[in-house]
Amino acid sequence: MADGQQDLPMTSMERVLTTLGHQEPDRVPLFLLVTMHGAKELGLSIKEYFSKAEYVVEGQLRMLEKYRHDCLYPFFYAAIEPEAFGSETIWFEDGPPNSGAPVIRSEHDIRSLQVPDIENSCLNRVLETTRALKKEVGDRVPIIGVAISPFSLPVMQMGFPAYIELMYDQPALFQQLMEVNQEFCVRWANAQVEAGATAICYFDPLTSPTITAPGEHLQKGFAIAQQTLGRIQSPTAFHLASGKTLSVVDEVLAAGSAALGVSTSEDLEEVKAVCKGRITVLGNLNGVEMRRWTPQQAKEKVREAIQKAGAGGGFILSDNHGEIPWQVSEEVLLAISEAVHQWGTYPLTDC
Amino acid sequence: MISNSKEVLDFVDRLVRIDRLGAEKIFNAVREQGSMSRTVDQLILPALEVIGNGWEEGTVALAQVYMSSRICEELMTHVPPDDAAEHLGNLPMAIAVLEDYHQLGKIIISACLRASGYSFQDYGRVTPEELAQKIVEDSIEIVLISTLMLRSALLVKEVKDLLAKSGSSARIVVGGAPFRFDPQLWQEVGADAMGANATEAVAAIATCMSRK
Repeated sequence: MADGQQDLPMTSMERVLTTLGHQEPDRVPLFLLVTMHGAKELGLSIKEYFSKAEYVVEGQLRMLEKYRHDCLYPFFYAAIEPEAFGSETIWFEDGPPNSGAPVIRSEHDIRSLQVPDIENSCLNRVLETTRALKKEVGDRVPIIGVAISPFSLPVMQMGFPAYIELMYDQPALFQQLMEVNQEFCVRWANAQVEAGATAICYFDPLTSPTITAPGEHLQKGFAIAQQTLGRIQSPTAFHLASGKTLSVVDEVLAAGSAALGVSTSEDLEEVKAVCKGRITVLGNLNGVEMRRWTPQQAKEKVREAIQKAGAGGGFILSDNHGEIPWQVSEEVLLAISEAVHQWGTYPLTDC
Repeated sequence: MISNSKEVLDFVDRLVRIDRLGAEKIFNAVREQGSMSRTVDQLILPALEVIGNGWEEGTVALAQVYMSSRICEELMTHVPPDDAAEHLGNLPMAIAVLEDYHQLGKIIISACLRASGYSFQDYGRVTPEELAQKIVEDSIEIVLISTLMLRSALLVKEVKDLLAKSGSSARIVVGGAPFRFDPQLWQEVGADAMGANATEAVAAIATCMSRK
């Protein structure tokens, strides 16, 4: 199995670890967070692709070789977590599946909510995938697992409006929901670590000030993050999934993460200045706009991002949301990869 | 509009702190001084505009936008329908989401529209075919489409094509995350206007109405 890095002195793992140590590796690491594109590689529908671990394993390995990036990403789709709680998953031909009708419809549903059995649910496919990928790459390529935060999961469990109103109007019930979700998040993340995940990406858009108001609720989100991350047995990346980060860098640091996913609506240079030497910046190519970029535009965007945040290490080039949309072409993804190999070599003299 | 008046700023302060009683007190005080249309023009709309702009600037969170919209909607439940209709005309209007289970954007826009005195049809979650059919059947002139997923945003093009085929000249106002992240997308899918937030959506309706 090739990790695509034979011509460079560092393995992807070494490159990423050096970056996380706030040192300059041989080049800027690239996390091309491709999920559904594996279905294109195998000529399968998205639904069929995610039906078997072996398909996702094959898709991830083919994309690693094709795009010469620096991680494997056995994340299936966000709706798989509520699916484990009993929610329906709605499939589409050209995008990630959605959660169907909320699994929590009443106060009773919260009071009776149980942590699902991870090994005997849909989540086991993700664990099988992670184990197989680990067997293929060993310690050469980081494997990034995903866990949605206890604070953000209710958006899919009960719908955004009902969850916001629960936060404001029923603090005791909100707390009860958090306890179940936190236990689930810890067990789910650690099951992935045990299966071979090198790190866990903690998706928590609700602890962004874009979504939750500064004050009691946002503080609660970070308190929950700190408690949860402290129980996850691997390094973590904190991802606000397009939410703004700049004003909460200290809170993310206090929660104990090694990296921070940055929104495309923020200036990467400004964020890097605040994070330099403290937390690795992950981002922030615009995944939505990427769909209509030409290869040349893609290369320019990569060059600009490296110029802004590459110096001194502590920067992993990625998209802003944690998943590349289905509509983004292979041509553009190849251009992104080519550009990071061209301009991302340290020292950054050509950038 | 007097978006920086003390009353408006006090009202905004109560709304973003989710102080329902405080907001109601200010609303009633302004209502007692004049007509409902004046209350909408001088209090509700400016306040929602300040809150919408605050979200754009990062000083207000989406949860606050949502709760503020709901409080304003609750306050407007006492508006005599004729008063609101007289204020804003009676343009056939509808709102929908396309094959998307995320309803928050639609709920916020709906609350802002009701709070602003508009009446409209809520088509809920529909396919492009269902939406085009309903628009034609109801002779809708302006449709607001809220999206969260990129694929849903791209479906607007299909709605546009179906409307053109059926001879409808309904104008399409779009909003939601994909359109915020790619400012060219709304034109690409053939929409007539884009609202980056609820107040921009209300403004876009006014623009569409003036072109009629």
